[in-house]
Order: sequence, then C-alpha cells, then structure tokens
Amino acid sequence: MATSLGVRGLTVELPTPGGWVRPVNDVSFTLGEGETLGIVGESGSGKTMLSLALMGLEPHGARHTGEAWLKLRAGSENGGVRNARRENLLAISQHEMRELRGREIAMIFQEPMTALNPVLRIGAQVEEAIRVHEPRAGESEIHRRALEALERAALSDPARRARQYPHQLSGGLRQRVMIAMALAAGPAVLIADEPTTALDVTVQKQILELLAKLRRELQLSMLFITHDLGVVAQVAARVAVMYAGRIVEVGPVEEVLRAPRHPYTEGLLRAAPRLTREKLVPIPGTVPSLEALPPGCAFAPRCPHHVEECDAAVPEFRAVNKNHEARCILVS
Amino acid sequence: MPGEILLEARALSKAYSVSTGAFTQSARRALAVDGVSFTLERGETLGIVGESGCGKTTLARMLMRLVEPDSGEILFRGEDWLGARGAKLRSLRRRMQMVFQDPIASLNPRMQVGSIVAEPLAIHEPQLSGEQRSARTAEILEAVGMGRDAVTRYPHEFSGGQRQRIGIARALILRPELVIADEPVSALDVSVGAQILELLARLQREFSLTLMLISHSLPVVAQLASRVAVMQTGRIVEIGTAEQVLQAPQHAYTQALLAAVPEIPE
Repeated sequence: MATSLGVRGLTVELPTPGGWVRPVNDVSFTLGEGETLGIVGESGSGKTMLSLALMGLEPHGARHTGEAWLKLRAGSENGGVRNARRENLLAISQHEMRELRGREIAMIFQEPMTALNPVLRIGAQVEEAIRVHEPRAGESEIHRRALEALERAALSDPARRARQYPHQLSGGLRQRVMIAMALAAGPAVLIADEPTTALDVTVQKQILELLAKLRRELQLSMLFITHDLGVVAQVAARVAVMYAGRIVEVGPVEEVLRAPRHPYTEGLLRAAPRLTREKLVPIPGTVPSLEALPPGCAFAPRCPHHVEECDAAVPEFRAVNKNHEARCILVS
Repeated sequence: MPGEILLEARALSKAYSVSTGAFTQSARRALAVDGVSFTLERGETLGIVGESGCGKTTLARMLMRLVEPDSGEILFRGEDWLGARGAKLRSLRRRMQMVFQDPIASLNPRMQVGSIVAEPLAIHEPQLSGEQRSARTAEILEAVGMGRDAVTRYPHEFSGGQRQRIGIARALILRPELVIADEPVSALDVSVGAQILELLARLQREFSLTLMLISHSLPVVAQLASRVAVMQTGRIVEIGTAEQVLQAPQHAYTQALLAAVPEIPE
C-alpha cells in the first residue's frame, strides 16, 4: 500500500504563562492509500490538535516541528508552482495550504453547525467549496457538481436540500452536508474528528456506513479521530492510541483491542462500558497536566505495572510484531 | 416477592408548543412525554434509555417537579406528589434528588465546594449547628472519594470527574431515598466515567438508594440497571429486566438501538 500521508516527529507547542507545552509530542505515523487509521484518545490526549496541525489550523501562537508529507493526486501538479508529487504540510505557506485544503486534504468536525454558515443556503455553501478550487468552472457546472456532491453524501432530494438552511436540517443531515462539502473538490485524504460523537447512536450508524462506502468508492485515505473504542473497531483497519500528546500504541485494530500491549490501552478497554455487564475497572487518577508531565512515561503515575525504570525516560517504541508496537518497557 | 413501591407514575403527559413559523399565530403542540406509566421499587435501579428528543429528560424533570405535567399522577411513598404543598412538599422533596449531566453548569462557580455541598442542609435542616453541618459535609465528601481539603476550594479547581463527585455529594447530603441521575457520565472521558459509574453503584448499596439512571447509552445503562425502560417519541416502548431488554429485546426500536451500538471486539 502506497503512503498517502506520512507524518514524522510532529510536535506542536503552545505558549502558556509557565512556558511552552506540547499537546502533540513527537508523533509519527503513516496513512496508506485507501486506508482508515483510527486515532483514539481521551480529552487532552492531543488528537484534535494533531488534526488541526495537519490542516494548518493550529491556534494563534502555536509552533510546530516535524514533517507531514502528503501525496498529491495525480494530475494536480500544474505548471511551475507545484511540481513535486508530495508536499510537506508543515513547511508550506498559509497561501499554499489554502490551495491544498479541500482539494487534497479535507476535514469534518464533531459539530457541523459550527462549521456551516447559518445564513447561507446549503447549496451555496457546497458550491463555494468547489468554486475556490475551480475558478474557471462555469456556474452551471459548479451547480451541477454541488448537487452531485450532496447526492454522493446520500442526501435525499438534493435539489430541495440545496435550497434549505442549516437550521432546517437534523444533526445527521447536517453531518451529511459537511461530508458533501469536504469531498466536493475531490480530496484524497479526509480527516474526520469525532464526526458522530454528537449524534444519536442510530444516526451514527448511518454516518459510519456512509463514510465506509465513500472511502471504498473514492479510494479515500481517512484519519478517523474518536474517543470511542467501539467506533474505531468499526471504521478503522489500524489504530493509534494517544496519551498526553504521544502515540503510545499502534497496530491492527482487532489485535490492539483484543490484545493491548500498552497498559493505558488495556485500562481504557477495561473502563469502557459494554452491552454485557462486567465489572468496570476505572483507571485511577487523572490525565497529567501538560505543564507538569512526569519525567518518564506519562502514564506511569496511573499504571498498575509501574516500576522504577518507567520514570527514567520516555519509553521508546518496542515492537510486538512487525505491525504492532507500544511505548512500554513491558513489551519485550 | 414484589418489593415496596417507592414511586409510581401514571399516564404522565407533557406537550410543548412548537412555533411553526415566525408569523404563525397557531402553534402546533408536540407531545414530549405521552402517557408514560411505570413503577419504581425501593432499592432498584431503573435505566431509562432513548435518543435525543425521546422525552427522557422531560420525564425526569416532571418526576422532580421542575416541570409540571399536563396530565397524569405521581405517587411518591404512596402520597400525591404533584399535589403536595408546604411542609408536605418539603418533606417529600428532600427524599428525591437529582444528579445532572454537566457538573460545570450545575455548580455555582463563586461558591466554595463546602458551601455548595452543604446548601441543601441550610434549606432542609436549618436547625443544625455550623459544626454539625461541617461534619456532615466532610462525611459525604469522603463517601464520594473527595478529600477534606475540597471544602475551601472552588469548582474550577477540579476536573470534570471530581466535579461530578461534588454534584453527587450535594445530591446525597440529605440522605435521599431516590436519586435521578440524568446522563451522569456523558460529559466525561471513558476512564473517568467508569469511576463515576462504580461510585454510583457503591453509593447505592451504602445508602440503600433507589436509582433512576437516564442515558442515551445502552452500554452505560447495562452497567447499573436492574430494569430498563426504552423510550421513543415520548412513550415507553419496552420495559423489563435488564437481561430481558438487552438480551432478548421484543420491540423493533429496542432491537435497532442495540444493533446500532458499535461493539468493542472481545
């Protein structure tokens, strides 16, 4: 599988009164073409900041290091401006990022209402997402493609939907509109940040099925960010678990969820309620503040297997097998 | 052997007016809760599960008398709860307390935690001395797993899970018989939510509570409930023991809800 997005050593730093903190800390992963990689973590894990950094949407004052090489679609190199087949998202200008956003890489969010303009009709917003990247396309062509985009997101009667305003739609339909907009200009990579968290479980199921169908049909590479282990099992082939800014475990989703090798992943699984009642085992304590991270493994203070060695240094990744690794000294 | 009935709801209904447009005179009435009846036995945990707009929160608010039903009756400890006034109302009210979803919004940010937790005592047991009130506050904070030093601190100094513990302490300080918990873990991370669910289960045993757990999440309800009621568009469409409802659902909507839960591979 060719790499669609290759992230190496991505660190994002934010200024605080006490100095710089790292919500994303030395994160590396590859996203294969047509693959879905799940990023799982709780609040404060850095999963959202990671996606914002990749989209060039970090908060004001943030700084970053590292590389994120995005493979551009075939045929998108036009003339002198961008001949390279890959672009480092973390090194390009705001202007260049605007060119890529939507056309090469797009994002959908948890709450579509905040991303949609409340006073513009749905159709106009989807058309705008196309027009930005196709300045030479005629209005009727853009209109036609907007309806196609809405139809692709399985909105019934797209012509009628296009004339409606966001508040006239349910949460599930608004998320479909967001998906239509995100995919309107034909990006190859989609970042989905908790796209179903605000939705009812039956609506969530429909949206997850839609995303799976679009991924297959459009050969999308997807970075799927979620706190929900059940959701990640359903959508992703591989999963990366984040804690306090770092990826602590990565591997095939079934293997990681059935046989976790990092104690944090194990703890999450034992704390997650399932349909059958079992004794939940909460993880004691709370996530450490980014301003006061422990010197070694950030999970050490909450870890049942904690030994002295854990505090010496942040554990390097250790291979469980060739597809599965964890930042834990217990992996041998 | 059937247990003692602590609360009985009979044909509760509540409609809200829905404006159909900015200039329309006649508003449509939408039934938020539509003829809901059930009983709650002392000591049990009844889970109420349903999706947004199903009426579960309106139902909870009617049981708490935060919202007046349009019709129906509620018997609490065998007495007419909706008709209770004055001293009767106060004596019944203290026996029924609520835990809310959002521990941030439900705690006064300018009050110290000690005062927040002790506030119900000031209202319902004004005869207590300051010393007695402090002792009761310390005792209940300890029961929910908070240290004594919490008393002089403010809500913002605590994490979401700790704030939910504070909310639970306030709900329990009057030693209520019935606690209605409305989405108590929805705003929390999984690892912290598990702490709160475990705490609720322990407190239920220690304080012999009757618990009504309202949640959109079947897995959450499955952890605590002895019986489960499934609500859809204002009605209870299925009610039974947790085992019956979760293992052998009869209603098509319950089956659809269960099928939609993304399961973690075992």
